[in-house]
Amino acid sequence: MSAPTPVLECTDVVKRFGDVEVLRGIDLEVGEHEVVALIGASGSGKSTLLRCVNLLEVVDDGVIRLDGQDITDPRVDEDAVRRRIGVVFQAYNLFPHLSVLDNVTLAPRRVHRVPRAEAEARARELLDRVGLGAKADEYPDRLSGGQQQRVAIARSLAYDPRLLLLDEITSALDPELVGEVLHLVRELVEQGRTIVMATHEMAFARAVAHRVVFLDGGRVLESGPPEQVLVDPVEARTRQFLARILDQG
Amino acid sequence: MSAASSAAPPGGPRLAHEPSALQLEREGYRRSRSRRSTAVALASTVVFAVVVWFGITHSPGWPRVKQSFLSWPVAKESFVPVLEGLWLNIRVLVVSELCILAVGLLVAFARTLRAPVFFPLRLLATAYTDFFRGMPLIILLYIVGFGLPGLRLSGVPTSPVVLGTIALVLCYGAYVAEVFRAGIEGVHPSQRAAARSLGLSYAQSMRVVVLPQAVRRVLPPLLNDFVALQKDVGLISVLGAVDAVRAAQIESAQAASFTPYVVAGLLFVCLAVPTARLADRVARRRESRERAGAVL
Repeated sequence: MSAPTPVLECTDVVKRFGDVEVLRGIDLEVGEHEVVALIGASGSGKSTLLRCVNLLEVVDDGVIRLDGQDITDPRVDEDAVRRRIGVVFQAYNLFPHLSVLDNVTLAPRRVHRVPRAEAEARARELLDRVGLGAKADEYPDRLSGGQQQRVAIARSLAYDPRLLLLDEITSALDPELVGEVLHLVRELVEQGRTIVMATHEMAFARAVAHRVVFLDGGRVLESGPPEQVLVDPVEARTRQFLARILDQG
Repeated sequence: MSAASSAAPPGGPRLAHEPSALQLEREGYRRSRSRRSTAVALASTVVFAVVVWFGITHSPGWPRVKQSFLSWPVAKESFVPVLEGLWLNIRVLVVSELCILAVGLLVAFARTLRAPVFFPLRLLATAYTDFFRGMPLIILLYIVGFGLPGLRLSGVPTSPVVLGTIALVLCYGAYVAEVFRAGIEGVHPSQRAAARSLGLSYAQSMRVVVLPQAVRRVLPPLLNDFVALQKDVGLISVLGAVDAVRAAQIESAQAASFTPYVVAGLLFVCLAVPTARLADRVARRRESRERAGAVL
């Protein structure tokens, strides 16, 4: 009868910073195993939307549901919600005073109370998978940007989140380091993770996303399969944006 | 000689890179420049010292000053009592510094709490730092040292050493709290965002992520406050505790000479020098850590 509950469901989400309305009623549904790419110019609200989903920002109106639960209800336990969401930031945000291994085991050990040995075994396995098993005992400062971002991805996976938010995770990287991070994301997609990513990498969005959502001025202007939105968009604004991006590329 | 030392030793492994003649010429020039810099620094230091020495020893009052401030026999005689006094200063220093760090950290933490339940705590912490940073230490010493026992409450300590330590902790705790607070607020908000995103609670992210970074960052200013405290422990002498300053006062009254004060002053300086060097080293290590990466 009814469709399965989406993992993430945003309904008419509004967010203001002072007088500036950054999100003006966003509707977005992300089903299990679905990969959604948010595209749009700087200031279109991509990052703000992700921060709202992760409760780093409090929405000014609308509802966000995670597995059907209204997480914008002020009565929910924010920490419990965040435990079900993994986030990778543009600037990695690794903890500089902790080793790579400790960065990855922090949440499992402190939040999920996993015993140290078990957490470390799992962390080493994850680091192996992102190709950084040998760097487990280094400190983040010693790694390249691409390596740091791969550690950050391993960190976000350490507690097996329901939903993964990737906030322009290649924007701070040197062009030759972008590939290694995108390669890793592609693997996550193949594993069937549910992912929402804000990105400027159009080719990548086209290759891995199931759906591309174009945000403009805090609204969803266009949404659909990547071939349609990125190749043959309906809206003039989308065409303009893509033309600008492709010009630079 | 310099050319010989840069060549490979006979029979030894060949240098991987043989510097070109141009590079050798550059290095020679740099060496001669650095030899010249050393010579200039040495000469100007000698000239400066001679001028200062000459200026002081030829001032009209020099013989009298020398006699009353720099009398060798008096210095020798007062050295042991002053040193014994200094031992008290060192003990007070260690105890008060430990208390100061605890008070400072607690107050700083209280000032960063945002939950409404903690409003009175936050208010109290703010009032504490405002009040005790404004209050001159010497007046605080009088109030605590003479006012507190004057209440004649049971359980209130009467020893001038304990009372002096309390006053020092109250005063320096306020300064150190502000240093810690600056450190806590200096940790970039993205670090908190990352910590909270992993599901850590406010207290957990503070303890595991923010505070360790904050403490490392404020180590140099903390050591600076520690140097300041090292000499301010001498102020407990106003309460009658026989520390280095008080011992110097007693000796100076007996010998009718200011020399014991000079002895005490120099001893305090000797106490401060290692801390100052340590502070420099900590700052340098931090700098190299941020540049090259971390080995804790």
